[in-house]
Amino acid sequence: MSQNDLVLDVRDLSVSFRTGRGKVRALRHVDITVPKNKIVGIVGESGCGKSTLINSVLRLLAPNAIIEPGSQVDFLGDDVIKMSNSQLTDLRGQRISMVFQDPMTALNPVISVGTQMTDILYRLKIPMAEKRKRAADMLAQVGIPDAQRRLEDFPHQFSGGMRQRICIAMALMMNPALLIADEPTTALDVTLEAQIIHLMKELREKFECSMLFVSHNLGLIAELCDEVIVMYAGEVVEQGEVHDLFHRAAHPYTRMLLECDPARIAEARQELPTITGSVPDMIDLPPGCIFAPRCPRRYEPCDASPPEPYAVSDQHSARCFLVRDGR
Amino acid sequence: MADNILTVKDLRVRFRTAGLVKALVNRIEDPFIDAVMKVSFSLGRGETFGLVGESGSGKTTLGRAIIGLVRAQEGSINYDGSELIGLGDKQYRSIRRNIAMMFQDPVASLSPRKTVRASITEPFRIHKMGVANLGEEARRLLDLVGLHQGFMGAYPHQLSGGQARRVGVARALALEPKVIIADEPTAGLDVSVQGEILNLMNRLQRELGLSYLIITHNLPVVRHVSDKLAIMYLGRFVEQGTTKEIFERPAHPYTLGLLAAVPEPDPDKRRDKLELQGEIPSLMRRPSGCEFHTRCPFVQKKCLEVAPKYEEVAPGHWASCHFPFPDPADAKAVGPGAMPGMGNVPYAPGAAGEERLAAGAAMGDSMKKDIFRGSR
Repeated sequence: MSQNDLVLDVRDLSVSFRTGRGKVRALRHVDITVPKNKIVGIVGESGCGKSTLINSVLRLLAPNAIIEPGSQVDFLGDDVIKMSNSQLTDLRGQRISMVFQDPMTALNPVISVGTQMTDILYRLKIPMAEKRKRAADMLAQVGIPDAQRRLEDFPHQFSGGMRQRICIAMALMMNPALLIADEPTTALDVTLEAQIIHLMKELREKFECSMLFVSHNLGLIAELCDEVIVMYAGEVVEQGEVHDLFHRAAHPYTRMLLECDPARIAEARQELPTITGSVPDMIDLPPGCIFAPRCPRRYEPCDASPPEPYAVSDQHSARCFLVRDGR
Repeated sequence: MADNILTVKDLRVRFRTAGLVKALVNRIEDPFIDAVMKVSFSLGRGETFGLVGESGSGKTTLGRAIIGLVRAQEGSINYDGSELIGLGDKQYRSIRRNIAMMFQDPVASLSPRKTVRASITEPFRIHKMGVANLGEEARRLLDLVGLHQGFMGAYPHQLSGGQARRVGVARALALEPKVIIADEPTAGLDVSVQGEILNLMNRLQRELGLSYLIITHNLPVVRHVSDKLAIMYLGRFVEQGTTKEIFERPAHPYTLGLLAAVPEPDPDKRRDKLELQGEIPSLMRRPSGCEFHTRCPFVQKKCLEVAPKYEEVAPGHWASCHFPFPDPADAKAVGPGAMPGMGNVPYAPGAAGEERLAAGAAMGDSMKKDIFRGSR
């Protein structure tokens, strides 16, 4: 794939946090790409580095974070890591926008929805009436009835599902090249979740924007994404095209994650599968593969040195010696 | 019945929405909302009963009413032969030794200023039970839920979600209750940890003979853990039966919609259609007739006017729908997939009932039978 087809190209990104106990190596050598008009899903459990990754892309990291030398976050040809503060302001909310997890807290409770939406357009030198019209149009696009009138309303006057629709509308106001959605449906009921996912599919056709969709729900990733990235303890352990990944998962962690999902278990049963052990301490990393201590298929090379990403097929790779050795 | 440890009958919980003065001034005739509306079910000894519904369906209120945290206005709650409705605070306290509650959000339900040891032994102090050796009890409880003794002095912020949940389980078990009401026991946990907690609950149920009332909106989870299931909508049960029966032969369109809304982790099974549109209406403005008619893809004229009866559609399987799904003899012969027909109803947010009514009527009963080809 040529460079021009990529919206986001993250190369060898490593991020650490300085803490009292030592350096927490939260992300290590992460490579991900988001092609134009594609939805890329990031899946992984708590503490796997999903949030650190998206915060790095937006440069919203905490002050004690260190982006290690050699890291590169290329967004449409510009390296986000080298950007000045004014360039970053230009980037955030305009060229990359974000939908957060909890729509109840993402909106300002004391400012009307219309004002919050037109505020996003502060860069545009157009009359207020025009801005409000755009905001109303956008609300209508995300399925909010009677949009013009509801601009006057405050967030508490909307239900949870409607609030998330508003957040999505706000994220799309500036027609961004990349939309990052961080667990956008976790706070919602399953019926509303299905509605939001449906909406995101529709909007993707309409707005032609690329999307980075972060979730721990495998069902949603399968439903929505074109490509999938599986993260574990700060590393990308497997990535590939969505069908490849779900049907021919190569990394033991991905396989176990899929097996654990109660929605995937066809027969009702009393004892559910789990992944034994816990995530390793990210200050004192094991010398070999990061998943080795919990891996049921661990063998000699796993403890010696960390695995590289090995190709499973054209668009599918996994950091696992089993793939290298064809076992 | 002798083998039921908990029997709830026609339970009604109302909340006041306006004070006496405000109600008089604004001429509000009925300043109440019904959060739980005439609900009946029974929990067998050693059984697990799942309570499923969207936010605002009243499932948490029902759980809290049973343990006496909110007062029920009508009906009966019978625990092991004794009636709980009408008990005073003091009398209720002794009941709570036998019925424990695990609250939503494992971390937030623990006091941030108490160590794990203090949290799990607090029930003994509250109930003024002279326990000779609290440390011993704490060790026993931690052992029971599979937590290392080293957690004894830890504070909630030092725990992961799964560990905090285990502490919640330990605390609920402290007084050796017979019934545990678990409100969203797996919400906010990773899938691998979800399994651990459910396995733990299962093991404890076998070892200690516990009965569970599990309140959740996670259908894939209840399927594996509960024996019986009730689906709640706007404070009422709309369907009730054995878990197996409900998953295999859902009778109510709402149940079917909930089942269809769960995404399958398989990219080949993507859904193009949306099964359930809109959101749960406000309790202040209950719809006329069948209260689900505003969202039902199969709405007919009758549904707008007449409230359906809650009737037995098969032995032990109850539903309130004028047109419950028939029992499909060939349900097993068809594979999963998108549900044909559902979602074909044009969605016009805020549109008057007529449009959707027309669309629903056009689909007719024959279409409804076909739906089953797609349900799981």
